[in-house]
Amino acid sequence: MIVQSLAFYLFAAILVASAVMVIAARNPVHSVLFLILAFFNAAGLFVLIGAEFVAMILVIVYVGAVAVLFLFVVMMLDINFRELRSGALQYLPVGITVGLVLLVELALVLGTWVIVPDLAAVSGAPTPAPDQINNTHALGLLIYTHYAYLFQAAGLILLIAMIGAIVLTLRSREGVRRQNISAQVSRRRDQVVAIRKVPTRGGV
Amino acid sequence: MANPLVVEYLPILIFLGIAVVIAGAAVGASFLVASQKPDSEKVSAYECGFEPFDDARSKFDVRFYLVAILFIIFDLEVAFLFPWAISLGDIGLFGFWSMVVFLGVLTIGFIYEWKKGALEWE
Amino acid sequence: MVELWSGYAWPTIIIVLQIVAIIIPLLVGVAYLTYAERKVLAAMQLRQGPNMVGPFGLFQPLADGLKLFGKETVIPAGANRVVFVFAPMLTFLLSLIAWAVIPFSSTMVLANINVGVLYLFAISSLGVYGIIMAGWASNSKYAFLGGLRSAAQMVSYEVSIGFVIITVLLCVGSLNLSDVVLAQRTVWFAIPLFPMFVVFFISALAETNRAPFDLPEGESELVGGYNVEYSAMTFALFFLGEYANMILMSAMTSILFLGGWLPPFDIAPLNWIPGPIWFALKIALVLFMFLWVRATVPRYRYDQLMRLGWKVFLPFSLFWVILTAGVLVTFGWLP
Repeated sequence: MIVQSLAFYLFAAILVASAVMVIAARNPVHSVLFLILAFFNAAGLFVLIGAEFVAMILVIVYVGAVAVLFLFVVMMLDINFRELRSGALQYLPVGITVGLVLLVELALVLGTWVIVPDLAAVSGAPTPAPDQINNTHALGLLIYTHYAYLFQAAGLILLIAMIGAIVLTLRSREGVRRQNISAQVSRRRDQVVAIRKVPTRGGV
Repeated sequence: MANPLVVEYLPILIFLGIAVVIAGAAVGASFLVASQKPDSEKVSAYECGFEPFDDARSKFDVRFYLVAILFIIFDLEVAFLFPWAISLGDIGLFGFWSMVVFLGVLTIGFIYEWKKGALEWE
Repeated sequence: MVELWSGYAWPTIIIVLQIVAIIIPLLVGVAYLTYAERKVLAAMQLRQGPNMVGPFGLFQPLADGLKLFGKETVIPAGANRVVFVFAPMLTFLLSLIAWAVIPFSSTMVLANINVGVLYLFAISSLGVYGIIMAGWASNSKYAFLGGLRSAAQMVSYEVSIGFVIITVLLCVGSLNLSDVVLAQRTVWFAIPLFPMFVVFFISALAETNRAPFDLPEGESELVGGYNVEYSAMTFALFFLGEYANMILMSAMTSILFLGGWLPPFDIAPLNWIPGPIWFALKIALVLFMFLWVRATVPRYRYDQLMRLGWKVFLPFSLFWVILTAGVLVTFGWLP
């Protein structure tokens, strides 16, 4: 048990520290790297409460995909971050308001758990006992049947994201010569090579 | 040692610690053992004999971002497939068709992408 | 005190010893993979290969390692020092920690976690960071372009690797790697899922930046790609990490498709040989194929590489996921 608590405090401390560094670091690339560290420690915390599937998906999706995009944008776009940062203080009131709203909402969520302890049993599907079934399997039993509509809605959101990304970023360039593999492969010798008798001193 | 599930992860944590120590020790020891004599030519960026001009980190083709965004979408799709793949035996035909519809929706997106030429690299 | 010793210290010591027992053979394997690569390529090109250092050049990898150890660690002036040094260390340690979940036999596995397949998938999707960080931190144009190419390439083939893994999982019904191996007792998945085996092998080549997909370091155009600016031990760590990743990918191929530690047939002379030896033999076979491909196939052009990943492998593997699931559901063969 003690090892588990030690691991919890280790992960939690690094998580909070790196979250602070995300907004405190001067170099935006360092910010993203600290964000990745924060994701890792969050995954560690998920493992500690037994949610191994969620932990791995957090690493695969957030660290392996989303943060790669962040890193691309931050590293390679020519944004002058010092200029951006200079006006940061005037956004402080807005930032604090958003933060407060989020805090209140979190408090409300946690508060309902305290006031109505059996809320989860009422609204959600019955949770299987963790020692009989591993949590990936348990999720699989629910997502595709009990939550089928939400699952399809997730699919639609992904479709919109895909189309949106293409509409926003795709610019077709003029005069690009593309490789047409089937045309290359189906070319025959007699279409491209001809044997000619060249007269002496005449040239072709 | 309460939760047997969590105990299985302890070796990974220790493994991570040992790997960090090995990697750090290798670089550190070599740094200390070998003689370090940097000079301005040696530490300038390699550019085939030219003096390096301009910062190397420049803007680049928007296609790389597009690839990254499309990757996120397909990665999420794969993430949804994992629990489905291992519980398909218990969720039956309904679960199967549920996933087929989900993949069908994304296939529409994929066909759109293909027709728009987002997958062409130029 | 006694409880502290028997409850915590002793198990920890055992775990540390097990980890050392994994890391040392792995590092020796990596060293001799570089030797094997040079010897195999040499044989395929009718050359001798390294033959001066020790008998048959067997001490060549050690000599190379020592030489790199004694070199100066050059950190470019424009580089971001912390990220620059951290990138190769990250590549190296990711290639090591993935081995924590690999089952070497039915009993020999360090961390027998429920989601072993996901863990391996997660670790392999992180490999891209070492390269992007190196490319960015060096502040050199070649390194930057190499890192960029490599990131887009690894990301593109990651998707088809994901779909291939899903087809295997459909036939297993568990994310545990030991279960994946045990599900292949009757037939190795390389036989019923042969097209997926091919897709996985080719994607593994792309994922480890091996020929014919070694564009990130394409020496004819990018000098050395993301590791141009690296020297001494930082370069060695990249090198070790890359080769350890090759061994890891071969191990994944043999677990997912070639029956891991299982003998080809469960009959008398074959099942006397212990599991880890079968596993090592299969890894060596896949690695030989990696080297063979390098000696045979010319390098892809970047647009061809992206085309293969997105327009061929992605739809094909997606189609196979549906096909496999459909067949399994229709005939009631699901596990």
